[in-house]
Amino acid sequence: MNTKVNFCGVEFENPVVTGSGTFGFGYEYSQYYNLDEIGGISVKGLTLKPREGNKPPRIAEVYGGILNSVGLQNPGLENFLVNDLPFLKKKFSKCKIIANIAGNTLEDYIEMGRLISQSNVDLVEMNISCPNVKHGGVAFGTDPCMVSEITCKVKEQCNKPLVVKLSPNVTDIAAIAKAAEAAGADGLSLINTLLGMKIDINSRRPILNNNVGGMSGPAVKPVAVRMVWQVANNVNIPIIGMGGIQDGNDAVEFMLAGASLVSVGTQNFVDPYAAVKTVYGIEEYMTKHGIEDVNELIGAVKPW
Amino acid sequence: MHTQVKFCKIVGKREIAKNQVELLLENEILAKEALPGQFVHINIGSEKNILRRPISICDAYDNITRIVFEIKGEGTEILSKKNVGETLDLLGPLGTGFTVKKDAKAVVLGGGLGSFPLLYLAKNLTSPKVFLGFRDKEMVCMEEDFSACGPTVIATDNGTYGYNGFAINAAKEAMDDCDIIYACGPTPMLKAVKQIAMEKGIEAEISMEQRMGCGIGACLVCVCKTKSGYDKVCQKGPVFKASEVEFE
Ligand SMILES: Cc1cc2nc3c(=O)[nH]c(=O)nc-3n(C[C@H](O)[C@H](O)[C@H](O)COP(=O)(O)OP(=O)(O)OC[C@H]3O[C@@H](n4cnc5c(N)ncnc54)[C@H](O)[C@@H]3O)c2cc1C
Ligand SMILES: Cc1cc2nc3c(=O)[nH]c(=O)nc-3n(C[C@H](O)[C@H](O)[C@H](O)COP(=O)(O)O)c2cc1C
Ligand code: FES
Repeated sequence: MNTKVNFCGVEFENPVVTGSGTFGFGYEYSQYYNLDEIGGISVKGLTLKPREGNKPPRIAEVYGGILNSVGLQNPGLENFLVNDLPFLKKKFSKCKIIANIAGNTLEDYIEMGRLISQSNVDLVEMNISCPNVKHGGVAFGTDPCMVSEITCKVKEQCNKPLVVKLSPNVTDIAAIAKAAEAAGADGLSLINTLLGMKIDINSRRPILNNNVGGMSGPAVKPVAVRMVWQVANNVNIPIIGMGGIQDGNDAVEFMLAGASLVSVGTQNFVDPYAAVKTVYGIEEYMTKHGIEDVNELIGAVKPW
Repeated sequence: MHTQVKFCKIVGKREIAKNQVELLLENEILAKEALPGQFVHINIGSEKNILRRPISICDAYDNITRIVFEIKGEGTEILSKKNVGETLDLLGPLGTGFTVKKDAKAVVLGGGLGSFPLLYLAKNLTSPKVFLGFRDKEMVCMEEDFSACGPTVIATDNGTYGYNGFAINAAKEAMDDCDIIYACGPTPMLKAVKQIAMEKGIEAEISMEQRMGCGIGACLVCVCKTKSGYDKVCQKGPVFKASEVEFE
């Protein structure tokens, strides 16, 4: 049985990675299992300078999912490259490291792309759901022109495969995906969180101090699968699919919709072994259905 | 060796006061590893409420870990329906607990639910002076457990039992002559403890609460403001030095 997937020229042992922001820098979950058992990890979103993040509460539970408003608290790219990356690379030989980056300005993104080029990170995942401070806080990821510009400029500076992470909070996700592809993105990842809100009806206060936050978890899965499918039908670059994956069957569903890799996020909170169990689940599915190569699943949905 | 998710059989269950449920969990490693002030992160096994619930370790002995919780919302309601013989899936012991200064002159101050995590601490101190506050007589619990560790004063907000008023007021004199204050309870109480400790120049350790995701330091949702920025309650805490915490 082959579970290896070549994604943007990087060989993953299996198609399962972890969702940025749900897995820290790998250290915590590596206490529960050997990260070489999964394909890779996407680290917490990094910014050029350390970031303090939003005021708590930063999490609310909603029906079948959660809302979060962490606000990208992180020690900054340089700290990651100097302190966390060497640990990961020394301890794990197969697990691929995806650096997730976020910026407030185009210049931030470009500079981060340049700095990462000199490291041994395997892939860059560019989160473009962040508000662009120079453009009045509109997220980069909602405007195809901005997506095109940012992808193109970062690609010029960055010698690592560049994966653009798409926000689901847009009218036409395929248009954004096509813009990223045309501008030179090597791959896409989706979905990021869906903007949501929860109000405590007794205190009449939103649970999140930020009032609104990003929704993730099992409840978002149908939306995510649909978006992966729509995007896969419109681009030729590979996709990391995510949003509510709980097990191997969910992962297979994303692969059938068109994802080459799948990412486990919120489910890690429910079960620290969620990602590695997803690997086993995919293998079980393959055995049961007599599938020799996991790559056969990618985009193999038979739409009506 | 990797850390394991722990499966614990419920071997005892009791309602110790109104809406306050005690569970005795059987797991040798958990009981051996548990330190005062640490917590466990319990999978309640609900598809609607997916997050684990953080509950403090109230006591640990032999192969038993004792937890006590109040039925607050849906999660603790579900948890309260689990019966003896059922198995809970939990992570833990987690977090950084109290610095046990065994022979110090210690004041142990608990408010409401905040009393529970203090028992295991009090048991590990030579002569703690304990002050526990509850809303009213119906809520009072664990008086005998604490009394076995040291002199214990119970206070009720409405004076229906013991000292009439807040536990922190009952503890005023004791705090004048002590080396360290250990506290857990509502934020206004912890804030007051910080202030008193700063004024008197004594040490204080307080246990903080925050909504959690992973419970193990990976998601950064559970933060509280400290001198060094936003620190993770599940990892750096739940117990912090009072002087470090910045109340927002
Ligand atoms: C480190 C720590 C130790 C704790 N120890 C105890 C204990 O020993 N006994 C006890 O009765 N309670 C304790 N709590 C509080 C307990 O976790 C909450 O009362 C419980 O999570 C409420 O869940 P629910 O589903 O009933 O409420 P809901 O309001 O329905 O919960 C919704 C979500 O908010 C979270 N949440 C709600 N209130 C709190 C809170 N006060 N703190 C953290 N998360 C919250 C829940 O975990 C859940 O994710 C502790 C909290 C922390 C952080
Ligand atoms: C607490 C939390 C923090 C997150 N932080 C980031 C982040 O820093 N960068 C990013 O691109 N996505 C972030 N995400 C989004 C996830 O990577 C993922 O896209 C999303 O949660 C959907 O997958 P899931 O339902 O499996 O969690 C975060 C999600 C959560 C729950
Ligand atoms: S709950 Fe995830 S970091 Fe504390």
